[in-house]
Amino acid sequence: MEGNIGELGQYIGVGLTAIGMGGAAIGVGNVAGNFLSGALRNPSAAASQTATLFIGMAFAEALGIFSFLVALLLMFAV
Amino acid sequence: MAIEAQGEATGLSFHPMEQFIVRPLFGDGPVHWYTPSNVTLWLFAIVLATLALLVLGTRGRAIVPSRSQSIAEMAYGMVHKMVADIAGKDGLKYFPYVMTLFMFIVFANFLGLLPMAFTVTSHIAVTGVLALSVFLTVTAIGFIKNGAHFLDLFWVRSAPLAIRPVLAVIEVISYFVRPVSHSIRLAGNMIAGHAVIKVFAGFAAIAAVAPVAIVAVVGMYAFEILVAFIQAYVFTILTCVYLKDALHPSH
Repeated sequence: MEGNIGELGQYIGVGLTAIGMGGAAIGVGNVAGNFLSGALRNPSAAASQTATLFIGMAFAEALGIFSFLVALLLMFAV
Repeated sequence: MAIEAQGEATGLSFHPMEQFIVRPLFGDGPVHWYTPSNVTLWLFAIVLATLALLVLGTRGRAIVPSRSQSIAEMAYGMVHKMVADIAGKDGLKYFPYVMTLFMFIVFANFLGLLPMAFTVTSHIAVTGVLALSVFLTVTAIGFIKNGAHFLDLFWVRSAPLAIRPVLAVIEVISYFVRPVSHSIRLAGNMIAGHAVIKVFAGFAAIAAVAPVAIVAVVGMYAFEILVAFIQAYVFTILTCVYLKDALHPSH
């Protein structure tokens, strides 16, 4: 058991950023699920909305990527 | 620096982040801006691949297209339709720029998936310049096309007067965060995907979990091929959305 307390906190922080992954998972799942439920009600309109689907997914996913970025910064930049 | 220092500490036989280090092509010394590095090599490969597909691939101009010609036509048609649908007919003037972005990113992502390759788009410096150039171009187009009316983008007229200043602050912040999220989305996806593949590949050195790890690498690789295309698509589509905001700022 050696090493300093700052490093310990750094690694705990990196682990905690994995929670952000769960948030992004909920977000992306919500977008895809709602798209699918809408698409099954009106399949003829689904094809024209795939671009909107990807934009929505990209926005939801970006915040999960931000938590990954925080993890990277904690690991390599701090 | 930090990667080499921590390389000993991890149990894997190589560090998953090692693949993103910029190295000089000849010998090893410090990397200056003029040093030919692995980034230079792969940027060159991207340009060659784009030229090969779009120039050599369509050289035959056949009525019944060959395989390479039909891929090039599909890419052209897809981006053209995307610009026309989202940015509108007057956005088609900027189609060459959007097409260039798409071809660069899609080839950077796909060539980065080759074994031992270097993924250019995994570096925030590359995606940051791409996103910043989109941001500056779109802002300039907005002010040139609409003048002061471009600021209507931040002044939401459909909302009640009382909450418009609050909305304006939020809109301004979200406008300036655009290049950040635009660049980090692409770089982050590339870093994360490639690092996950390397982590599973590192587990393959441990005999007990090797079969699971190899199956996982294959699965992640297939997923990364999908992600490589989708991230290029998303980058391009967001460029079109920003272009639409610049051309038609009123909500």
